[in-house]
Amino acid sequence: MNPPQESSTHSMRKAVILGATSGIALAVERELAQRGCELLLVARSAERLAALQSDLLARGAAQVLVCPANLASVEQHAGIFDYVRRTLPQFDTVLLAYGAMHDQKESEASIDILVQELNVNFVSASAILTFFANDLEKRRTGCIAAITSVAGDRGRRANYVYGSAKGALSLFLQGLRSRLHRAGVRVITIKPGPVKTPMTDHLESAARFAEPETVAADIVRALEQRSPDVLYTPKIWRYIMTAVEHIPEGIFKRLSF
Amino acid sequence: MTAQVAATARKRSARLLPSTTYCSWGRYPAVRHSHVHRVAWDDQVAGILGSTAIASLLPYGLGRSYGDSCLNADRELIDCSRLNRILSFDEFKGILRCESGMTFADIINVFLPKGWFLPVTPGTQYVTVGGAIANDVHGKNHHCAGTFGAHIRQFGLHRSDHGLVLCSPEQNADMFRATIGGLGLTGVIAWADIQLRKVAGPWIDADLTPFQSLQTFLDLSHESDGRFEYTVAWLDCFAGKNPRGIFFRGNHSTTESRSFTPKKGPTMPFALPEWLLNRYTVKAFNAAYYHLHKAKSGATAVPYNSFFYPLDSIQQWNLLYGQQGFLQYQCVIPESRLDAFEELLDRIAHSGMGSFLGVLKRFGDAPSAGMLSFPRPGLTLALDFAMRGERTLELMRSLDEVVLQSGGALYPAKDARMSPALFESSFPHWRSFVPYIDPKFSSSFWRRVTQEK
Repeated sequence: MNPPQESSTHSMRKAVILGATSGIALAVERELAQRGCELLLVARSAERLAALQSDLLARGAAQVLVCPANLASVEQHAGIFDYVRRTLPQFDTVLLAYGAMHDQKESEASIDILVQELNVNFVSASAILTFFANDLEKRRTGCIAAITSVAGDRGRRANYVYGSAKGALSLFLQGLRSRLHRAGVRVITIKPGPVKTPMTDHLESAARFAEPETVAADIVRALEQRSPDVLYTPKIWRYIMTAVEHIPEGIFKRLSF
Repeated sequence: MTAQVAATARKRSARLLPSTTYCSWGRYPAVRHSHVHRVAWDDQVAGILGSTAIASLLPYGLGRSYGDSCLNADRELIDCSRLNRILSFDEFKGILRCESGMTFADIINVFLPKGWFLPVTPGTQYVTVGGAIANDVHGKNHHCAGTFGAHIRQFGLHRSDHGLVLCSPEQNADMFRATIGGLGLTGVIAWADIQLRKVAGPWIDADLTPFQSLQTFLDLSHESDGRFEYTVAWLDCFAGKNPRGIFFRGNHSTTESRSFTPKKGPTMPFALPEWLLNRYTVKAFNAAYYHLHKAKSGATAVPYNSFFYPLDSIQQWNLLYGQQGFLQYQCVIPESRLDAFEELLDRIAHSGMGSFLGVLKRFGDAPSAGMLSFPRPGLTLALDFAMRGERTLELMRSLDEVVLQSGGALYPAKDARMSPALFESSFPHWRSFVPYIDPKFSSSFWRRVTQEK
């Protein structure tokens, strides 16, 4: 069976952003607003969503809908998706941009934190994406993109809990891509290197991280074009991670990073 | 879990940040901060101000103050640059309400295509609204428009003692006047209402005129101020008492209709070696600059960014001055004391330490909006000096003498070393500003000029 003919660019007009107040999402939303897109923003804080709404409208968004909800809580997902279906039924783009990174030491010491981190980054993410995937598959259109991390490419001593959750999400997306390809729905795995956002402010080397605007420009370009399936951003991380993945495990386990 | 999070927060605040992360534009003095709060949302500010453990805070925008007025050595900063959202825009009146971390560059990008421009802009667009209010900045249109503070209708101010306070010329008028030009010491500006200026497009009808004496400069100023919204001069400070320079003047064009998209220029990748900037290379640069512009003299339409922000075309140009950084000297001297002005230029020329960025402007008579605003009637001169240790500081002290005896003033936003006596004489009413300082706020500059611990 042949997949439906894919056009060379994806006309992105109506986007749903899951985790709309995360550092990378903020920069992506401004890019989309400038393009005159319609946006539906999901995040926890109604107050922050209101500030975002006025900002993005002034910057050119055709419409900004907001849905205050806790994406980490899977019980709320049906309600969130129902709201999307009612208010922006013809959405064509979904970007999952939320995540949580605790200090690795905390998730070693506390099983609660460990489970919470896996739940937020993997369980809840794959649950909410399934709602959107099923709908787009039926409509045989659209694009799903999710932000995972280069940390998911190899388990490291310094952040393997966060890394394993993001790595699992990358695998989930890989399978989903293969499934939705037949329906002409695109699935993009976005793997940023470290980015200057509130999530990473406390890290020693934060001054050397990528700017969220740089990463956002890469993401929007990937959304508009028909490739790639897996986006490393900034691009250098594709080469770094290729090298990292080829270090033999016997050596890798002794490395200190 | 909450206890663990609090423990991590304490660990973080105990670590001193490297001096290069948060510095001023002159990169002198290099200081460390005990902690920097990077807020991303307005709702986080009250919590930081309310925390009893904190000894001293100062809001920080893009660090475009040149000296130490945006620094708080060994104490804490609140980095407001992520508070950069547009809250509303009145399309009929042109009133923009935005958070205080929004930059002038961002305002231009969003509102110039809609036909609105900043009412007043300094020589760089990489400043925040909060920083522009805190320094009550001026621009090339000071003689018609006054300072930036004159175009602020109202703002919300986070205080550690009174919560969010609405300030305007009608409500809390004293706090309004204290915060404009208040060097960030009166609280964190949450949002501000700015009256933008209607323009036809991005073009400026500019006119360049070379001049060879201070008197010609003054004649040009007096003659132009009624006809041109923007006037400023570049000055070759190696020429002494009879300086040569280029007089720039312009108006927003109503006839030029070509479309225009600004491009981002190159970035200085690292600090230049210091031997590269010496009196011979700078003299040669100034001569070339003068003759190049003299050849271009006359009227022409130029895009707004090359007229207002020529230096912004090189990102991080401050690295030109090398590892030790540089000092800027900006003073204002009453027009009646031309002799003092000439003495100043003479001392600079003799020192051989001047630089390429000499800027001269005649301020208008409009009273400034803030209690500690710098602009006042007179001639203002701004010059860069590469920091070369004691001899640089000595030259500046000798310039201070001239400013002091002429009844002039120095600009806090550009200063890293003025004496308490010169501050006192520049701002004789500073003590009446003190009651408006937030009890939890302080800055390196303020401790230095008031000799407070």
